[in-house]
Order: sequence, then C-alpha cells, then structure tokens
Amino acid sequence: MKIAVASGKGGTGKTTLSLALAGYLANRGYRVSLMDCDVEEPNVNLFLKANIRAVEQVSVPIPVVDGDKCTGCGLCERICAFNAIAVVSGKPLIFKDICHSCGGCMLVCPERAIREVPKEIGDIEEGSAGAISYIGGRLRVGEAISPPLIGAVRKHYADSHYTVIDAPPGTSCPVMAAVRGCDAIVLVTEPTPFGLNDLKLAVETMKRLDYPLGVVINRAGMGDDGVERYCAEEGISVLASLAHSREIAEKYAAGEVVEEFIRFFDGELGEIVSGLERLTGIRAVEVK
Amino acid sequence: MKELVIISGKGGTGKTSLTASLAALAGNKVVVDCDVDAADLHILMNPAIQKKENFVAGKVAVNNSEMCLQCGDCVLYCRFDAIGDYYVVNPVSCEGCGLCERFCPHEAMEMVSRTSGEWYLSDTRFGPLLHARLFPAEGNSGKLVTLLRQEGRRLAEEKGLDLLLVDGSPGVGCPVIASLAGARAVLVVTEPTVSAVHDMKRVVDLAGHFRMKTLMCINRCDLNRENVKAIEEFCESRSIPVLGKIPYDGDFTKSQVAGKTLIEYSDGEAARAVRKMWEDLSRTVLH
Ligand code: SF4
Ligand code: SF4
Repeated sequence: MKIAVASGKGGTGKTTLSLALAGYLANRGYRVSLMDCDVEEPNVNLFLKANIRAVEQVSVPIPVVDGDKCTGCGLCERICAFNAIAVVSGKPLIFKDICHSCGGCMLVCPERAIREVPKEIGDIEEGSAGAISYIGGRLRVGEAISPPLIGAVRKHYADSHYTVIDAPPGTSCPVMAAVRGCDAIVLVTEPTPFGLNDLKLAVETMKRLDYPLGVVINRAGMGDDGVERYCAEEGISVLASLAHSREIAEKYAAGEVVEEFIRFFDGELGEIVSGLERLTGIRAVEVK
Repeated sequence: MKELVIISGKGGTGKTSLTASLAALAGNKVVVDCDVDAADLHILMNPAIQKKENFVAGKVAVNNSEMCLQCGDCVLYCRFDAIGDYYVVNPVSCEGCGLCERFCPHEAMEMVSRTSGEWYLSDTRFGPLLHARLFPAEGNSGKLVTLLRQEGRRLAEEKGLDLLLVDGSPGVGCPVIASLAGARAVLVVTEPTVSAVHDMKRVVDLAGHFRMKTLMCINRCDLNRENVKAIEEFCESRSIPVLGKIPYDGDFTKSQVAGKTLIEYSDGEAARAVRKMWEDLSRTVLH
C-alpha cells in the first residue's frame, strides 16, 4: 500500500507522522519504504539518519542556441508560452529559471540551431535505516520548479509492503506531483482555526484526485473542535487524534522524536493503519 | 516605501501569527498575504472584501472531440503526461506549453485562458489587506505573489502609506522567490527545532542570493536551549541580527481561536516580546 502523508500547510507534524508510520510498520516486520517528496524542505533524513548508498543528480533539459546557425527569426520566442526566450538584437536569450522544458523552441527552429542540455535541479538520495529503505529528493536552493524532481523521486518506488510518502505541504503542483499514483492520502492537521482552514483547502484539492482520504489530528486538545465538526459534516474519517504534549514538542525540537512518538502513540498508529486498510480495502500480506 | 517580508522556510513556526501581530502594531501600512497556497492571515484580520478579481495565468489545452481524429500526435509532443484516454487533457498536469495545439494536424486542440484563483482588496481593522485564493491544484503561485505585491505597492503609493508588510510564502521554491525579489528586508521566523533550523538555513541562503537585509526571530525560544544557541551562532557567522526571541505561549493558539492577534488578545510574555521586536524593527531597518 502506498500512503501519501500530506497537509494543507507545513508544520503540522506531517514528517514526524510519516517517520512514525514507517517505523511502526517496520517494527511489525513489514518491508517499508519511506520517500521524502517534500523536496523544498527535505527533512525526513534529518531524523531517519539513513546510510546513503547512492546519490543521483536530477536534471531537466534546457535549450541552448548555436549562434552560428541561428538567423534570429524569432520563432522560438513566439512558441514559448512561458516567456523564457527573448530575441534581443537578433539573438535569442534563454531564461533558464522560467523555462518549463517543454521542448517547443527546439521543435520549431527551422535552422536546427537549438539543442537541449541538462540543467541540474536537485538530487535524489537512496539508502536505508534498519528495515526502512529511504529515498529522498532535495531541490537546489534557487531552483523554482520542483515537480520534475518529485516525479523522479516517485519513480524510485521500491518493492515494499508499505510505501510512506512525505508529500510537500500546500495545495498546488508539488503536492499533486507527490501523491500521484498512491493508494490513500492521510491529511495531517491541527485543531485550530488555521489548521481547519488549511485542511479544507487540502480536502478540496485532494477530492479532485479521487483517492481514499483520512485525517489525522495532531496536537489534539490544543485548540478547538472545529476540525472534528468539519470532518463529521463532510463524512471524512478521522483516523486518529494524537494528543498535544509539550514533552513531545521538546523531543521534536531536539530531533529525537520518532522512537518516542512510536511508543507514545502506538495505539493511534495502529488505528491509522487499520483505518487505511478499511478505506482502501488493501491489506499487506502477513509477514512470516 | 519600505517593504518587510516575513518568511520561515518551514511552515508552522508562527509566521502568520507574528505577521498579524506586527500588523496590529504598525501604522500606515498595507498588509499583503503572499502565502497564497494556504492563506490564513484573513482569519485573524477579518477582512471586508472591497474588490475581487480573477487571477488568470497561463493557458490550458482543451481537446475538441469533434475535430479530434485520435491520431495521437499530441501525446508525443506533450512532455507533461497531460493527455489521457480519448485525448482528453488533464488540467492538473497540463502546463500550458501549447505544443499540442501547435502541432495537432487536425486543429483539435485549443489553448484557453486558465483562471487559477481570485485575489481581493479588503478593509480590515488594521488597514488595507491584499490577499488571494489559489484554486485547488492550480499552479502559478509565483505569479500571483508578484501580482499581490505589485498591487500592494501601488495602493501604498496611492494612499501615501510607507510600509508594506508581507506574509511570505513557505518553502524555497517559486512563490517564496517571488515574495522576496526586490524587498527591503526579510524577517525569518524560525523555532529551535532540528527541522526548522535546517529550513531556516535554506531560506537564509535564498535571501543571500537576493542580497537582502536579513533579520532573525526565534519563536518558542524556550523549547530547546542548544538549538537556540546553534541559531544564534549561525546568525553571528552570517552577521544576521537576532531581533526577537519569543517564548512558547498557549496564548498564540487561544488568540487564534478567538480570531484575534496576540497583541490584542494577550499581555503575556510572548506578546511583550513581540512588541519589543516591533520597536527594534522600527528603530532599525524600517526607520
Ligand atoms: S523549452 Fe519550452 S519553456 Fe523552455 S525556452 Fe523552449 S519553448 Fe520556452
Ligand atoms: S498544452 Fe502542453 S502541457 Fe498542456 S496538454 Fe498540450 S502539450 Fe501537454
């Protein structure tokens, strides 16, 4: 089962829950992969501390112009829907940072003066920590476009009983790229007005994808009951509520949260897993 | 005009609560919510919408099934895997490059404008607020952020207001780059947790990229002493002033539940620390 853990905004405990779920399942003998698709803020391995076996660079194709062949006709400028090419005094200038790598300019150039070269946008690490295989992407600082990198991370699906995906926060292209092809989505939220607002946005977004969906309320008890009421009204299942505790917050701050979290919330993690089995009808094969 | 952008890298560090508190303290300003993916500022500012506009950005391909002979050429051209069964375009994946329209031999693909969201100009008890809503699964948040800041600047000029207070976007990608470019100063809100510190360093690098005056605020500073020390050392090595240290305080959540800013709601330790930070800000970079 591929479980994507997402949230309307960051800071709800999405990464911690991904780590805890992966750890919980691995402790029960399942083969588990943990994928960090939050490539703008890849934090999984800060906690997991996997041994990295391989690092692969990810690049996207970017056009370059051969000045000798180019006649300055301007067709490339015209086809580019993203204004990434401007022909200035007969010479095309390419703005790499806004190019979407669609390849259009290369296709229309009548002189075949454009070819594509790779531009690195980030890398993918692969490794393992105990029984958990880890795959994580990291976007280069200053790079604007993350979906191609997220797509590349997703291609590394390992053969596992469970794959847990730490998706980027928000409701736009990066999270859509990360949850594509999963079996179920877990939305993590906080019981506060901000949390509720962000949850509503996330639910609206995810509904377009038609994947089974459940909510986990983190830091339960710190705010109000708006999130619970909303989920009841919308018929969204609340998989578990994880009680707020300053102790966990301090452990989190120190970076030692995962083991503690799994111990503390053993029952709740079990509820999440069985809730997901119910929602998806998928059950990992029994481990011998 | 001075423009202060508040960012955090990682979400959940209290950036929006702090921006709202600064909005309550500052006079003569326009507030801009550039966290367009998950805009929350309006919850504390209770805006009365004065003007509402569509945010149209880019295009999306639509297949006209009457013209389509199912030759499949478009699929070969589309690099975004956006053309599905029966050559129907999936708008979530379509980036609007237009190659399918350009190369379809039967003129069956058409590019149409894409309304990706709405933006608003509102009145609040703290003055004008520019905010927006990006529709679910829409992209182009960078462009929306740029538009909001431009409108904010125009409004400030029109009304003779001299400060733009911007709740920036999270992350280090496209929208946050759009939040920062050209601003006067950036206030980074972090907290002493391992991941917040990690993300904070990434946004500091980004701000460095734009040669911006960078300031630091450590929220929930009593959560972990060692990490606070690490942040302070990092700031010193980069000559970044630590302007505020704000303790963990349940009043943040309580004020949110009450729909108020911390400053209005509480006179506790955290509120006092925020006031002091505002005084320092106005004496220094915003002077
Ligand atoms: S590859 Fe596409 S987006 Fe990039 S410059 Fe060429 S036409 Fe523009
Ligand atoms: S406009 Fe570009 S991205 Fe969209 S469907 Fe056509 S070829 Fe694909």
